[in-house]
Amino acid sequence: MSSHMDNLADRGHHGHGHDHHDDHDDDGASHGTMKSYVTGFILAAILTAIPFWLVMDRVFESSRTTALIILAFAMVQIVVHLVYFLHMDTKSESGWNMLALIFTLVLVVITLSGSIWIMYHLNSNMMPMSIHDMRKMP
Amino acid sequence: MSDTLAPTLQGGAAPPSEPVFYVPGEHHPKNGTLLGFWVYLMSDCLIFACLFAVYGVLGRSYAAGPSGADLFDLPLVAVNTSLLLLSSITYGFAMLEMRRNRIGATQLWLGITGILGLGFLSLEIYEFAHLIHLGAGPQRSAFLSAFFTLVGTHGLHVTFGIVWLVTMMIQVRMHGLIPENRRRLMCLSLFWHFLDLIWVGVFTFVYLMGVLP
Repeated sequence: MSSHMDNLADRGHHGHGHDHHDDHDDDGASHGTMKSYVTGFILAAILTAIPFWLVMDRVFESSRTTALIILAFAMVQIVVHLVYFLHMDTKSESGWNMLALIFTLVLVVITLSGSIWIMYHLNSNMMPMSIHDMRKMP
Repeated sequence: MSDTLAPTLQGGAAPPSEPVFYVPGEHHPKNGTLLGFWVYLMSDCLIFACLFAVYGVLGRSYAAGPSGADLFDLPLVAVNTSLLLLSSITYGFAMLEMRRNRIGATQLWLGITGILGLGFLSLEIYEFAHLIHLGAGPQRSAFLSAFFTLVGTHGLHVTFGIVWLVTMMIQVRMHGLIPENRRRLMCLSLFWHFLDLIWVGVFTFVYLMGVLP
């Protein structure tokens, strides 16, 4: 009975339904199973095919709508890759992997959004657009 | 002086005769290599973030030259994407066979992964050569400079991934699945899947959004 309870606690604790000892055996990192690789592959294939179809068949009239939707698909697919291929979870390497990943994501978001935000504003402030604007320059 | 340093964690009921200098429940990663390699991958991720930011800023600066809608061949990109995604799952199969200690099957899946990677690389080189032949080389416009830098850096990573893969196949052939080779194959597995992850960003942000009107 107590081993059964341990097993249940282990599963609830782990969150993936794999056996704990099978998942992190000797090196602290997580491993995949046949099922996790195939699931990841099928999900990734679907999440790749839909954006290509949306763009190639021009399903939506507005480019902005299409762009936002395919960006959302890309984000979901990146999470699928992280979970099923790179075996990211909060347990691998005692959580240090997840910590490094979150830190990197913060830097990536700052770099991307900051660059695009600042550079677009610089673009609109950079060049005098006409002779009229030029006369107002100091 | 020694009274102030004495451990009082036990509630003062029965103080231990000697102070305890380590926490029994502490857990270090047993193998730091994989964690270190993950940190390398994250720094690589920052390189790609910078290149994506450059492309995001310059991606519409055509200098009156061709745009993405004129140049990109989406069916070719779709084939390329499938090749890389297939190579990801074949590498996964190689890792599963490695855990079952089957050298032959591991080598077979590694070989298939390498061939798929080479297919990806040759299609990309064909695409680059075609663009340069059209006069849309990296020096044509800021958009094309950013495009060649970003996609070329990814291609360079795939090239080195294939070099590493061939090296590992020779190593496994010479020494078998010894612990060192298992560790290296796991690092390469992270690297290879990471390249596929970056490619998701490339085909979405560069190719698909590049052809939108």
